[in-house]
Amino acid sequence: MPNQAKFKRYIWELPVRWSHWTNVLSIVILALTGFFIGNPVSFGGSASDFTMGWIRFVHFTAAYAFAVSVLSRIIWSLIGNEYAGWKAFFPFLTAGGREKMVKMLRYYMFVDKEVPETVGHNPLATTAYFALFMLYILMILTGFSLYAEHAPNGVMHKSLGFMYSLFSNQGMRLAHHVSMWMIFGFIINHIYSAWLMDIKEHGSEISSMFSGYKFTVKKEK
Amino acid sequence: MSKQNNCDVFEKAEQSLETREYSIGEVLKQRGVSRRDFLKFCTAMTAALSLPASFAPSVAQALDEVKRPTLVWMNFQDCTGDTEALLRAANPTVGEIILDILSVDYHETIMAAAGHQADEALEATITKYKGKYLCVVEGSISMKDDGVYGCTSGKTHLELARKVCGSALATIAIGTCAAYGGIAAAVPNPTGAVGVKEAVPGATVINLPGCPCNADNLTATIVHYLVFGKIPAMDSKGRPLFAYGKRIHDNCERRPHFDAGQYVEHWGDDAHRKGFCLYKMGCKGPATFHNCPTQRYNEKTSWPVASGHGCAGCSEPQFWDTMSPLYRRLPNVPGFGIEATADKIGLGLVAGVGAAFAVHGALNALRKDKEPEETKEG
Repeated sequence: MPNQAKFKRYIWELPVRWSHWTNVLSIVILALTGFFIGNPVSFGGSASDFTMGWIRFVHFTAAYAFAVSVLSRIIWSLIGNEYAGWKAFFPFLTAGGREKMVKMLRYYMFVDKEVPETVGHNPLATTAYFALFMLYILMILTGFSLYAEHAPNGVMHKSLGFMYSLFSNQGMRLAHHVSMWMIFGFIINHIYSAWLMDIKEHGSEISSMFSGYKFTVKKEK
Repeated sequence: MSKQNNCDVFEKAEQSLETREYSIGEVLKQRGVSRRDFLKFCTAMTAALSLPASFAPSVAQALDEVKRPTLVWMNFQDCTGDTEALLRAANPTVGEIILDILSVDYHETIMAAAGHQADEALEATITKYKGKYLCVVEGSISMKDDGVYGCTSGKTHLELARKVCGSALATIAIGTCAAYGGIAAAVPNPTGAVGVKEAVPGATVINLPGCPCNADNLTATIVHYLVFGKIPAMDSKGRPLFAYGKRIHDNCERRPHFDAGQYVEHWGDDAHRKGFCLYKMGCKGPATFHNCPTQRYNEKTSWPVASGHGCAGCSEPQFWDTMSPLYRRLPNVPGFGIEATADKIGLGLVAGVGAAFAVHGALNALRKDKEPEETKEG
């Protein structure tokens, strides 16, 4: 039905959008500065320069922004609307969610022709987001554990004590580095899927992350 | 061995026990150490223990009065590198003399007695001073197959460690092998080598890892015990905080070059000759806790980074496995072959994901879809 009218619906609340774009910005900054920290270029002209010092400062500042953003999003999943709620991230736990997942998967695998419309998150995407949040938490924990080593027996070092028994120091660096590459893999998938569903669903998938509004064939309850 | 010889050994042991009534200050005087040198040593030890300078007189007073404790030195699966580090100093120091006096009772490498005589000396010491002597362990302990891969005088090291460390006042695990198993414990660890604390969980163990351990840290640990009558404060890995409380990276003399962004790119390049930071050459200073930059080795002459080689991370548990490759920043990724770095694998992953979605996108552009419409599942 190409001429069908759609309903404008407010889906993404302000904290969800803020958290999303803070994540985007901080991940870009963290990845760029992180690459430099892992494999620096000799930019320093004299020993009184502070190139690496400033780049690390930017990395740590962005890390705090990212950690606060991720934590806020987790808290919002307890108080936000149904599309932001934590239940959306475990679609495989309910029969309805599993059915939607299969439908989505069949569409992605070119089995079905009908585009399955999802009002909030698509169930396959939320499953990926759950894995992504696990990566975020691993990133935050390994990152702050490495950071805290400059002040051994400080509050941060002590409260992250369990990390030092789980990982060797170098193992922690490797996990931090490999997780970044996995987040890159996710980003490619994420941007592609957003583009795909934007052109297939015609529901303003991409602009909804700026405005909060989506256009759906289903009316608001 | 004849009965006569046996008696001689016990007589000698008795005599050496009598001389123990002298205080350390008196013994040093007998050995020709001047008061000035003694006070210099006390000040250096105060600094090594991270105590304020005002503590130096207390250290001197305590060492003046304290009676020399008994100490036995056990060599297990080791290369005797820690003994060498202790004995091969260029000039004899007060510290060495203190350790020399302390270690007369039993030290396989340097003691005059051998065979059954040595066994009896050990037996006599640990029986007479049960719960009062200090034990120094060098080398790892083999646990596999009941510890048969490491034996001394017909007893396994495990058996000896349980006996000697178990009834010691405290055990100092000197070197990375004794502390965490070290090189002998590296994958695949054929002998099941472990450190003292793991082999004898009930023992009071002070870990002084390092390959070799810095002899100054050993002396300082013993001085700490003599002065305060207790073992020093330790971190979660059982290492004294005065020696292992800070990262090498944070006290490194090349740190300004790290912060500035001046790095050695190749061995022997201009940056290397100028003494720039060894971070890109795989220096493990950022992952290693030790006081090498401040304490230094061999009469404070030098340490690896000062001589132009990155830190190998030798004072961290499992350093042989976790710190390798020594000349790269990151460890290899298990299961991908030794040449694959995390970045190569990451690039491969990203390229693979990108290619897969490009194909998916092209196929999607070609296909005709049915638009979403109102369905019953709402």
